[in-house]
Amino acid sequence: MSALDSAPAMADAAEIERLQEAARRIRVELVRAVNHARAGHLGGPLSAADLLAALYFHVMRIRPDEPAWPDRDRFVLSKGHSSIALYAAMALRGYFPVEELLTFDAAHSRLQGHPDMTRLPGLDMSTGSLGMGISAAMGMALGARLTGRNVRAFVMLGDGECQEGEVWEAAMAAPRYRLDNLVAIIDHNKLQQYGWPGDGPDGRIPPQVPGELAGKWAAFGWRVLEVDGHDMPAIVRVLREAERGDGRPTVVIAHTVKGKGVSYMEGRYFWHTRAIKPEEFEIAMTELGETGAVEGAAR
Amino acid sequence: MTLPMGRPMREIFGETVAALAADDPRIVMLDGDVGSSTRADIFEKAHPDRYLQMGIAEQNMLGVAAGMATMGLIPFISTFVSFAVVRPLDQIRVLIAQTGANVKITPGYAGLFTGQTGMSHIIVDDLAIMRAMPGMVSVAPADDVEADLALRWAASYRGPCYVRLVRDATARLFDASYRFAFGKAVVVREGRDVTLIGTGTQTPRVVEAAELLSARGVDAHVLHVPTVKPLDAEAIVAAADRTSRVITVEEHTVLGGLGGAVAEVLGELRPTQLNRIGLQDTYVQSGPNDELLDLYGLSPSRVAEQVLAILGRA
Repeated sequence: MSALDSAPAMADAAEIERLQEAARRIRVELVRAVNHARAGHLGGPLSAADLLAALYFHVMRIRPDEPAWPDRDRFVLSKGHSSIALYAAMALRGYFPVEELLTFDAAHSRLQGHPDMTRLPGLDMSTGSLGMGISAAMGMALGARLTGRNVRAFVMLGDGECQEGEVWEAAMAAPRYRLDNLVAIIDHNKLQQYGWPGDGPDGRIPPQVPGELAGKWAAFGWRVLEVDGHDMPAIVRVLREAERGDGRPTVVIAHTVKGKGVSYMEGRYFWHTRAIKPEEFEIAMTELGETGAVEGAAR
Repeated sequence: MTLPMGRPMREIFGETVAALAADDPRIVMLDGDVGSSTRADIFEKAHPDRYLQMGIAEQNMLGVAAGMATMGLIPFISTFVSFAVVRPLDQIRVLIAQTGANVKITPGYAGLFTGQTGMSHIIVDDLAIMRAMPGMVSVAPADDVEADLALRWAASYRGPCYVRLVRDATARLFDASYRFAFGKAVVVREGRDVTLIGTGTQTPRVVEAAELLSARGVDAHVLHVPTVKPLDAEAIVAAADRTSRVITVEEHTVLGGLGGAVAEVLGELRPTQLNRIGLQDTYVQSGPNDELLDLYGLSPSRVAEQVLAILGRA
């Protein structure tokens, strides 16, 4: 636990403020990169930003200057389409220069549309085909135990992704091995790419009914923790709680808002992936606190 | 000439991987609830702490294997070919082939010998599928001797590989002096009239067919291709040069497997009259092993018969 101690054991007000600023920067940089690439996803990356800030800037034991450090905590972005949020978190944390984010999605870039671990040091798994990351993370948690390493495996899933059967294969298998070093975080932003028609926002309904995810994961033998995925002190508390293993894998159901931080994107399913217009980009930057930093908007 | 019978490859699987694991603590066995069939149970007895039951959930099993490989472990996969190749195909593609994960996909029950289970369990196109996948290599041993050597090679190979094993005892082609070389084909019979190319446990039946052909005045050259990818193009071209007539024989669809691979090589490097013996774009029904071989034209006598017909000597 020595590396952990280098971060404040208790998240005091200053630390929370630092994490909130990291989350803001993640949002700014990811919107900038997606705007520059004229491609990529927005809604999911924005809903995941606070969780990623807490993980990469406070919770995980990592060494950005030694990305292959064997005893690092592992992170798998099972919802691989939110790659740009992960890249932004990694860049801001020091894995690579922030300017490289503008290569996102480009040919020859290390920052592929979906995470490619063979290109970018620090990525612990390639993902993109949904439902798979949790299995890989389970293998990391199990592998850590077999090799005697004090390593935790974190995996972030989308709520829509939980429609994939493999998620539940892993959910059934992990408790058998009492993998309490495995933490699944569900970015429960209540929207998927298109979803079922109904009386929800824009005529689409959420991937699950209220309480459905918690009930299912509990039934599969997981310890279920819920949190407001945009309340930084609460996120830090819940991830600290997740560290205290009780013999079960833990799932953190993080209630989030798709598109969080950009008013016109919030709760709108069609911002799952969509090109930003120049005037929209300016509004987004302003709302994210980046006044006078809108270079690239005129493209 | 009839070749002697070898031991069932599945027993070799359990014993050889257990023996490898005794010397290499990184080796683990992931089982999709068929360890008593694939004989991963032999491994379990030797190394209970490294035998990991994954249940009837192959997609998760292959994903777990990929994650374990990133932790420096070497997972071997125990399931049937049909449930190792097609059920978790996307997991193999994204998590294993695209990452270069050091996972050994070593399922049993390849080809027609599946214990009379029928077409859900008899996969006819595994070599075609795995051959087409970038980042994957495919090995189909001929007998128990080569299966042992191929599994030892797989453990030492860095990266994903597919080793196709067979359930039941089949004819033994090689003796203890044989050395398996990854990526290399091997001439198992010298002849002048026609080249027969086999892979997997079909090769011993091709050798037996060659003896039947010899009695009919046809001197067949037999090339065994244990590594279907990467293919030994040089050996295939050399055989074509020698006999000017080539016939592939495989316990697999003639589309995209050995026949397809050889057609690609000859078409590009040495246009040669080529015929393909194998499953004719069909699924396979259940039945006793020998009956199935006859029914689908893969027994030595049926192979000889088809070769004679192709050569116009029937």
